[in-house]
Amino acid sequence: MTTALDVAMARKVGEFELDVAFTVESGISVLFGPSGAGKSLTLALIAGLLRPDSGTIAISGHLVTDCASRLYVPTQGRRIGMVFQDGLLLPHRTVLDNVALAVRQAKGRRARRAIARSWLERVGAEALLERRPGSLSGGQRQRVALARGLAGDPALVLLDEPLSALDSPVRRELRDLIRQVLVSSGIPAVLVTHDADEAEELGDEVIAYDVGRVTGRRTIERPVERDASRAAPEDESR
Amino acid sequence: MSRGRDIAQSLGTREKAATVAVTVVVGLGAGYGLAHLLSGYIAYWGVVSGPFFVTLRVAIPATVIAGILGVALGYALAKGRFPGRDVLESLGSLPIILPPTVIGFYLLEVLSPGTQVGGFLTRVVGHELVYNVYGCIIASALAGFPFMMRAARSAIEGVDPLVEQAARTMGLPNWRVALLVTLPLARRGIAAGLTIGCARALGEYGATLMVGGDINGKTRTMSLAILDSFTTPERNTMLLILILMAVAAMTGVGLLSRSRT
Repeated sequence: MTTALDVAMARKVGEFELDVAFTVESGISVLFGPSGAGKSLTLALIAGLLRPDSGTIAISGHLVTDCASRLYVPTQGRRIGMVFQDGLLLPHRTVLDNVALAVRQAKGRRARRAIARSWLERVGAEALLERRPGSLSGGQRQRVALARGLAGDPALVLLDEPLSALDSPVRRELRDLIRQVLVSSGIPAVLVTHDADEAEELGDEVIAYDVGRVTGRRTIERPVERDASRAAPEDESR
Repeated sequence: MSRGRDIAQSLGTREKAATVAVTVVVGLGAGYGLAHLLSGYIAYWGVVSGPFFVTLRVAIPATVIAGILGVALGYALAKGRFPGRDVLESLGSLPIILPPTVIGFYLLEVLSPGTQVGGFLTRVVGHELVYNVYGCIIASALAGFPFMMRAARSAIEGVDPLVEQAARTMGLPNWRVALLVTLPLARRGIAAGLTIGCARALGEYGATLMVGGDINGKTRTMSLAILDSFTTPERNTMLLILILMAVAAMTGVGLLSRSRT
């Protein structure tokens, strides 16, 4: 199996120094640690939103950053999907547009919208298609953001504290949805959280962070949930 | 929620664009007709119509040209990381500061077929660029350009960079991020610049006079015609038409900026 993510990099931001190395094979890997440990910075570096000072990043076997040879594949070329803490949906486009614009694997507006629609159904947002992000609740926004992060057939999904801006009941509901959708899609994911329960319930493995370093790594044993083989969204029965 | 907003929300993007276009056209037409009726100087229409159509022929392309160039340079200034950005913005803003006659003088220097640059441009374009409508368009566009550039830069800098980053993670190339995310989110500020630029193009006087001359039916715009007829009764008709044109154009641009496309 190809390694989904292989990271060995360092980056200095002011006095803070991030220096981490880890690999992700499959499933959901949770970067867990206190605020300011460098978890979100790690995701930004993997996504290509920032550049490390040194090191390499490979996604699905493809080298996307190599500081020694000054290789920096732009964010758009990394085949990632990303879910941000505040959703960061395009405020002037409808929910359907937000997801359809992220679909890379299909040509033609109709095909892209069909795939977007199927992902929105999978996250339970099929009733929101024509709504604008400004009229959505926090939970609805994160559902759409999750669909957008997955709709582009990414090799890796990055989720940056996707639940931290939500209230408890919605958080619980979304937590289950995120795990279920990620497992059923079979797309490897790296999720950042500072919540121990969330790390425990969402992750297949937990990579502990502290002050810019990986301080531990633990696999979480789970009963088999379902076949994690990758399925096209159209084939997915609900 | 108002009925108007209900209707606006029920319309698709194309319908909204069509509605705005129709509003602008109807607005201009209504302004034209209203001026015609209200002025009571129907006999003067023969005198007024020439400058009216010349003004449209000058102001519309001048606004479009200044808008495209202003937004392009505003975008480059907002997003580019190159030395001399502020100097470039200052240079682009010169038409605001310099007297129109000075701008007209330099435009004549650049565009006249007798000068080296002007001769070259005349050969490239295939016809002369002074003392015809092209000279008027260039002068008006230059007058409106700095307002559009400055407004576009400011509006584009105000767009949340995190939303643009999110768009990049969706796989959108930079040019699509600019067209689908940055410019639509900056549209209100850009429209404000377009409004002022359009008003400037409508009212341009000094540089237009120097570059275009004051040739009736060819380069005499409303602004020039008003001065020419300042002691005659048709000036009232012209003033009213110019005001109505400005109001219609401003309203159209305002509607565009508020559309939710």
